[in-house]
Amino acid sequence: MRRKFLLIIGLALLPLAASHATLEITVTRGVNTAVPVAIVPFAWQVQGPAPSTDVAAVISADLTRSGLFKAIPVKSMLEKPTEASAINFTNWRILAVNDLVIGRIKPAGSGNYQVEFQLFNVYTSQQLLGLSVLTTPQSLRWTAHKISDLIYQKLTGQRGAFATRIAYVEVSGRAGKDSHYALVVADSDGANPQTVFTSNEPIMSPDWSPDGKYIAYVSFENQRPAIYWQNIYTGRRELLSERPGLNSAPVFSPDGKSLALVLSSSPGNPDIYVMNLSTHALRRITHSDAIDTEPAWSPDGQSLYFTSDRGGSPQIYKVNLNGGRPERITFDGNYNARARISPDGQTLAMVHRENGQLHIAVMNLNTGALLTLTDGDLDKSPSFAPNGSMIIYEANYRDRGVLAEVSVDGQVHERLSESQTGMSLHAPVWGPFLSQ
Amino acid sequence: MKILRFGCMALAVALFAVGCAKTVKPVTVPAVTTNAAPSSAAPEASTLPAPAQTQISPLDDPSNILYKKVVYFDFDKSNIKPEFLDLLTAHAKYLIANPNQKIRIEGYTDERGTWEYNIALGDRRAQSVRRFLLFQGVNPDQISTVSYGEAHAVCHEHNEACWHLNRRAVLVYLNQ
Repeated sequence: MRRKFLLIIGLALLPLAASHATLEITVTRGVNTAVPVAIVPFAWQVQGPAPSTDVAAVISADLTRSGLFKAIPVKSMLEKPTEASAINFTNWRILAVNDLVIGRIKPAGSGNYQVEFQLFNVYTSQQLLGLSVLTTPQSLRWTAHKISDLIYQKLTGQRGAFATRIAYVEVSGRAGKDSHYALVVADSDGANPQTVFTSNEPIMSPDWSPDGKYIAYVSFENQRPAIYWQNIYTGRRELLSERPGLNSAPVFSPDGKSLALVLSSSPGNPDIYVMNLSTHALRRITHSDAIDTEPAWSPDGQSLYFTSDRGGSPQIYKVNLNGGRPERITFDGNYNARARISPDGQTLAMVHRENGQLHIAVMNLNTGALLTLTDGDLDKSPSFAPNGSMIIYEANYRDRGVLAEVSVDGQVHERLSESQTGMSLHAPVWGPFLSQ
Repeated sequence: MKILRFGCMALAVALFAVGCAKTVKPVTVPAVTTNAAPSSAAPEASTLPAPAQTQISPLDDPSNILYKKVVYFDFDKSNIKPEFLDLLTAHAKYLIANPNQKIRIEGYTDERGTWEYNIALGDRRAQSVRRFLLFQGVNPDQISTVSYGEAHAVCHEHNEACWHLNRRAVLVYLNQ
């Protein structure tokens, strides 16, 4: 056992991008009412060649990806000012642009950069935002995402989730023997993918800790399922559970101190447990003879939603951790599973099966109304962005697994696919807001 | 004691005395039974090779029912279908006759469900087969189970012909 642990080590996140094929993003459906914006290419005022990151392009792609904005192409621009004094707002009103962003990248000593940007409302000519962000050259792309977040928040009132990360499982090979699995962490737009764990056996169900430092996941590296958690910065892994039977579906509590998981106390009978991450002590939550699996925390940490077929087929139930019987939540159709709750606690995302086809659906937890958001055949594993605006999930496209995103109102659709053929992507999970 | 026995033996050899035999414990030789049939041509000289009568295991003999080690399930179901009862009964009999043989039952599903619910469904299928074997009298110590859910699919087409092949439990005979 010890030997095996040493052979399959976790990998740590590198500050620079590893050699990996980047994900391609395709916006497949946008909002008719998307607000036209313009992000003028930033001036490069540093000695030496321009960096590979085009800050304006990253911001444009971020805002467009939200579905609320549509950044106009650079070739449509009638002027390309980089100082406020050079702006002629008429040139932007002609193009029906509502908001304009200009910027400059300046040297900041020790090889670092100062990225300055200004946001204007084209019709009032008023500056809405003017900020300067200090960054290292390596973090320039991340800084562009942070600027997107600031612009997004100013224009919508909602916090942006562009400077965040996702994790997913990448599978290569098809036949059982040559399958290879990797747990990958990337920026939320798919850039900078880095492998943090690889195995010849399945990896499933990754979940981020609330501080964004750990990922818990299921690994079949010992020919049976076990739950590990791994610090993505140090690469250190720890085994959390390898009990006989199932070790399944780990999810961190909102305060990061506990982990809900699934074990089979008796054969063929998976139940929900909560593990204290300091003591590893277990507390059993469900006691039915049915399958109880796929726990999800309410944002206040007081309740768990889970999938159970105690009623005959999989439906979603809710149980208060302070006591009380599980209460059934879903009633539409005969297969509702894999619940996830929005950060504001108002919406439940799930996998809803109809006629053998799996879709992502959301349910308003106040009204009980169900809305199917996607129309694929094999849509699974929904995960909310930390600002609750988008859901990332896995879909099947051209016969392989791809990642896709849909806005919570179903208006905006995107697909993120692996540009290398033969790779299938699964089980995406959106990481939390990061403090730095 | 050793010295005494040696001394006694030496004495016995020298004097044919039986008195020292009292210190020697009677040894009962257990009856040796063997399952192996006597070989038809016992080689006398060591240069002759062993007879080429390699007995193929029924597990590896395509004409034997035990060659088949997979049972299939209906969509969303884990009950053993009647058409597999004979197969599983045969495996049960083999396991009872070979109490040192261990198997691992692997449970699987098709892709039309969530990953973790499919793990649970695959587990239920493996348990279903296990329960049947136990009911036939197989020792529980001979059986372990694992579920891979929809992972390790045998085919990837999105149609019933393929889904049917993935909804399975596999009896994996473990090498000793």
